[in-house]
Amino acid sequence: MIYFDNSATTKIDPAVLKTYDAVANDFWGNPSSLHGLGDHALQLLQSARQQIADLVGCSAAEIYFTSGGTEGDNWVIKGTAIAKHEFGKHLIVSSVEHAAVLNAAAQMEKLGWDVTYLPVNKQGFVDPADVAKAIRPETVLVSVMAVNNEIGAIQPITEIGEILKDYPTIHFHVDAVQSVGKNLWSRVLPERVDFATFSAHKFHGPRGTGFIYAKKGRTLDTLMSGGGQETNHRSGTENLPAIAAMSKALRLALTDEVGKAQHELNLKQQLVDFLSQLADITIFSPINDNFAPHILCFAIAGVRGETTVHALEAKGIYLSTTSACSSRSGDESSTLKAMQVPEKLATSAVRISLDDANTQAEVDQFMKVFPEIYQRFERMNGRG
Amino acid sequence: MKYTEITVRYGELSTKGKNRREFIGRLNGNVTKALAQFSDLHIYPKRDRMHISLNGTNYDAVMAKLSKVFGIQNFSPSIKIAKDIDLLKQTALEMMTELAPTAKTFKINTRRSDHTFEMDTNQINLMLGDYIYDNLPELTAQMKYPDITLRVEVRHDAIYLSSETIKGAGGLPVGTAGKAMLMLSGGIDSPVAGYLAMKRGVEIEMVHFFSPPYTSDRALAKAKQLTAKLAPYVGTIKFIEVPFTEIQEEVKRSVPEGYLMTVQRRFMLRLAVKMAEQRNGLAIFNGESVGQVASQTLESMVAINDVTSMPIIRPVATMDKNEIIEIAEKIDTFDLSILPFEDCCTIFAPPRPKTKPRLDKARYYEAQLDGEALMARAIAGVKITEIHSHDEFLTTDQTDIQSVL
Repeated sequence: MIYFDNSATTKIDPAVLKTYDAVANDFWGNPSSLHGLGDHALQLLQSARQQIADLVGCSAAEIYFTSGGTEGDNWVIKGTAIAKHEFGKHLIVSSVEHAAVLNAAAQMEKLGWDVTYLPVNKQGFVDPADVAKAIRPETVLVSVMAVNNEIGAIQPITEIGEILKDYPTIHFHVDAVQSVGKNLWSRVLPERVDFATFSAHKFHGPRGTGFIYAKKGRTLDTLMSGGGQETNHRSGTENLPAIAAMSKALRLALTDEVGKAQHELNLKQQLVDFLSQLADITIFSPINDNFAPHILCFAIAGVRGETTVHALEAKGIYLSTTSACSSRSGDESSTLKAMQVPEKLATSAVRISLDDANTQAEVDQFMKVFPEIYQRFERMNGRG
Repeated sequence: MKYTEITVRYGELSTKGKNRREFIGRLNGNVTKALAQFSDLHIYPKRDRMHISLNGTNYDAVMAKLSKVFGIQNFSPSIKIAKDIDLLKQTALEMMTELAPTAKTFKINTRRSDHTFEMDTNQINLMLGDYIYDNLPELTAQMKYPDITLRVEVRHDAIYLSSETIKGAGGLPVGTAGKAMLMLSGGIDSPVAGYLAMKRGVEIEMVHFFSPPYTSDRALAKAKQLTAKLAPYVGTIKFIEVPFTEIQEEVKRSVPEGYLMTVQRRFMLRLAVKMAEQRNGLAIFNGESVGQVASQTLESMVAINDVTSMPIIRPVATMDKNEIIEIAEKIDTFDLSILPFEDCCTIFAPPRPKTKPRLDKARYYEAQLDGEALMARAIAGVKITEIHSHDEFLTTDQTDIQSVL
């Protein structure tokens, strides 16, 4: 099996799973319990938080555990809306955000909020000037993702942050789910970013857990009301085995980050070179500084993405039609649509997403079997 | 800058006449204890100041420790050189060159205890001033409030140069004022009271009442951790834990609710005094602040203080809570103090304690109890431990935690 779908999810690291298992067995007390078992669990919880804070480069009090990226995105958007509704009811999000951001914003529209959806250019990038234009006195939040999950475009977070320095009261949220371990840290979390969302299963951690960075001094209302866990910001008994496992996964993911990103870029380069030679292929994720090293989105003209996915699966190669989260709905890619890619081409798009565990042999194998599939589609379309 | 020594200037003790020798001896002992980890240092206590030879030790680390020792007015890292005019000029210029980017004005301040030296104070000031001005024309000499003061001291053994004076912790060397017991609950106020006691030279020992199962092991651990936070000012502090469960239960059983707290406090104070008497303590310190809670009104103090004639000193008596918190944050005890564990003061707290208890009633209710026997049993159960600044009580078994992360 060749797994090229790492932006959908990654395989849990065996060492991380071992941590999950050890914590579930040995630290099963509730961190809120007053007795020794609870205290032991609490200390692990705080150590896991400290380790993540050290890796992110913030203080432990700025890390809050969640159930994953979707919760993180929802929390920052709705939590900001609840906390700041008296100051204004206007949100700015990019039109290429993950569905967790877009649908949370759409819910706020139902409640009477105004949402500006920032356009992107033909390459998939937000123009910081558009952010400046969209800001109004009643704007309370700007949310722009770090790395687009469908095409891998790295959005100009630093430049948007520069603009927002003139608007210190606006919350700046970055969905950083796709950016961990890709040697992009300084471009994902520059100084001006107030909130960032992370998800463990995108870096070989367990499902159902994630965290947000929330800058000290920024107010965010809670979505999960209850027993007051996470310093009363996110109630619910802490998922300690998953949290400890995530902390370890993050540490491992950031070990030799530069080497891993270079390896992925090297594989992506070969795939791009290979696919570029084929006449009816369009590549949406070129090799350059503004695209992540691990995501490669391309389309075969006249062939539905789904068909390509199944044809490759028959050869033991797994990839996605753009975002796995929406790929079952049959919709065209929302990012490509926002880039004004014609609908027919957009529905043909597929996404390869790499990881440092992918090998040269796997890429060679892909390049060996792909021409056969491609030729078959060419013949079917009367081109070959 | 490669500093070779640190010059330590004494605080108030310089004015203390005949006791001076004892003060200097005690300060020397405290400094030696505080700097024990640095094996290459040489400490020379002199009559007017103390010299610490660094012998290559990192001076930032040494100064961080020194800044916590009471009895020090200020200290300066300095460079010791041979008594040679050219070397003096060259060293002065090097120091000023390093500081020049952050300053506009300077002054040379020379003192000379070696009156046989070839130049006098004014000549040295002028010579160095000219030399520095010639080489660093961006600096101007200014006598009043210069950005940099370069101090030059010509002594019998060598010349010392320094450009920085760092404020010390002030106060008096701990131990010079005798020993006292501090009633340490675990709240915000009592550690601050302990810090202020030490600042005035008082050696303190912690008296902590614990009442299992009404108070938890973690509350005891918290009190010990707070003690560890105060240890750097003295090296080590004795921690005296007094079992209080039986007294608390007996008081609860037989004293009317309004007087529970008053009678409990009378027992605590008596026990603290007993400890002081046994251990050569001269006074009791506590963290009471006038009017802060029911037990800290003047009427309550009258009703509680009644049990002893030993001096009770309340360093934070007239401070507002915010002022106390400010010090707690400075000495890094605040975050520990606010950990939410029940302590001896909060359990059995009646909903409406008397804010104006009457002394006669307090005495009357207390007489219903066999106080002597209760106290004797509590004292028999006393445990004393010595606490160091690096001791850890609240975190346990980090190895298994680190192994899974």
